[in-house]
Amino acid sequence: MKTNDIILQTVTKVTLFIIILFSIHLFFAGHYYPGGGFVGGLMTSGAIVLLLLAFDMKTVANILPIDYKYMIATGLLFAVGTGAGALLFNAPFLTHAFKDVYLPLLGKTSLHTAVLFDTGVFLVVVGVTMTIIQTIGEDE
Amino acid sequence: MTNLLMLPILIPLATAILLIFLAKNVPAQRWVSGISAAFTAAAAFLLVQKVHNDGIQTINLGSWEAPYGITLVSDMASALLVLTTSLISLACLIYSFKSIGIDREKFYYYPVFQFLIVGVNGAFTTGDIFNLFVFFEVMLMASYVLIVLGGTKIQLRESIKYILVNVISSALFVIAVGYLYSIVGSLNMADISVKIAASGQPGILTVVAVLFLIVFGLKGAIFPLYFWLPGSYYAPPIPVMAVFGALLTKVGVYSIMRTYTLFFYHDQGYTHEILSTLAVLTIILGVIGAVAYWDVKKIIIYNIVVAVGVIVFGIAAMTPDSLAGSLFYIIHDMIIKAALFLLAGIIITITGTSNLRHISGLIKRYPGLAWTYFIAALALAGIPPLSGFIGKLLIVQGGFEAGRYWGAGIVLLSSLLVLFSVMKIFINGFWGNPRSYKNEDKAPVRTLLIAPVMLTALSVFMGVGTEVIYPYISQAAETLSDPNLYINAVLKE
Repeated sequence: MKTNDIILQTVTKVTLFIIILFSIHLFFAGHYYPGGGFVGGLMTSGAIVLLLLAFDMKTVANILPIDYKYMIATGLLFAVGTGAGALLFNAPFLTHAFKDVYLPLLGKTSLHTAVLFDTGVFLVVVGVTMTIIQTIGEDE
Repeated sequence: MTNLLMLPILIPLATAILLIFLAKNVPAQRWVSGISAAFTAAAAFLLVQKVHNDGIQTINLGSWEAPYGITLVSDMASALLVLTTSLISLACLIYSFKSIGIDREKFYYYPVFQFLIVGVNGAFTTGDIFNLFVFFEVMLMASYVLIVLGGTKIQLRESIKYILVNVISSALFVIAVGYLYSIVGSLNMADISVKIAASGQPGILTVVAVLFLIVFGLKGAIFPLYFWLPGSYYAPPIPVMAVFGALLTKVGVYSIMRTYTLFFYHDQGYTHEILSTLAVLTIILGVIGAVAYWDVKKIIIYNIVVAVGVIVFGIAAMTPDSLAGSLFYIIHDMIIKAALFLLAGIIITITGTSNLRHISGLIKRYPGLAWTYFIAALALAGIPPLSGFIGKLLIVQGGFEAGRYWGAGIVLLSSLLVLFSVMKIFINGFWGNPRSYKNEDKAPVRTLLIAPVMLTALSVFMGVGTEVIYPYISQAAETLSDPNLYINAVLKE
């Protein structure tokens, strides 16, 4: 008998964006409220795992043609690069800088290099989680 | 340059990341990791010179002042160990190029190797007890991968034991740090030392001291916590084994050295007595193992245990002499253990077996290998003028000064049996009637020999050029025996 999971797939298509939005919100809220790169990344990979549950691995690989191992390396590059940026100014490693900038639409926003570091964390968490799940999933 | 002491951590870290991108391209991986290892060694050498000229170097990460942020501290002891680590990693990488095999190289061998060096260098450099834990984990996770990479049956079996033991000891480490934090309320090592000194180390802190001893004893393989080591170190391929034998246990020993000279030196009658008793038992058990086996790898593995005991005995005596001796011996032992493992690796590559009873007469066809091994073996046992001599001399001297006659006597006796155990390999393996082995012609002995010859030469230089090296060692011992130097450098009072 052929199973038909149209309900699951339709619900996934709707909830996926809500989960992704929530994870992005968590990521950017990290500086002032609970959240940050780790939980944001975990929730993003949760969304991708939901995709994997609703569809099969091949379809998801077509939707998101990403090699997650490179994602890990890119994330590490972000984190180390942010820290090493301080070396250019002869400041101790990991010295961060921030500035209040007036952006159109968003208004007065404080931009902080810690966000770049957090981006690194985000990418590594997504990369590691997805690598683990994909590797176990593909294993025969 | 403020970030100089960051470089021996940062260069391997950046290399490891770069190597993930290069995973498919094996020649590029070899070049990049080799060059980066050379740069790391150069940076470490500059660091040693800098510390020698300008005193202890510190850096407050993120520009946060000392007790509040993470501080990296490079005193002479840690700078020397970082330099030794970098040189050994360079040698083991050179050896890996020819021996580790394309299958492992394709599956992230070099990135993981670099991460291991990040962990070891970081653990030697950090000035923050929780950061030390994090670097321990970096090092251990890399070592988990290296021990299991390749997935042969024995590797799988031994890596389970290895991971289990280390996960437990890491949990204990966190618990110990938790206790310490709840008592003194600080994680910065210099600050902890100040607060312990102010409180005069009451009983509860002595308990924490013993807990730390259990944790680092598990990592550094002292009696009775060494049980996991012989099996686990037997499993991985030779260059990995050399790195493990040279670096991993020594990080545990260094941590004992650091905590017992910087934190817990107020109740020496209790803590250092335990330390010295355990050290002597470690030596005895290690020597028994080294003498008992007829397996090349096993003999050298048990010699790690002996060396750990000797070094810890020097720490327990707590005189400036014995601390200098311990430091000299730890550096000597890291170098010579790596050399011996690599030499044993070449023997195994040629003969295809590590059973000594099936090997004989190698000196006829491989005189270079034989004499390198001979020198390395004499250095290990501590024959003057080679490198093992001065360290052991100072440790024994310090032991007698501290009134630990039995312990010092056992250290001396152990040398004899260590010599016996390594000469057993030489006499049975190299002398006798030459046999023919199936891998004889395929083994690239000449190229493989480069790395161990480098290390043995370094060890000979350490022995012959003691005059050059000793000022550095005594500078390091000075910092270890006077915690105030360390504290003032970090807290800048």
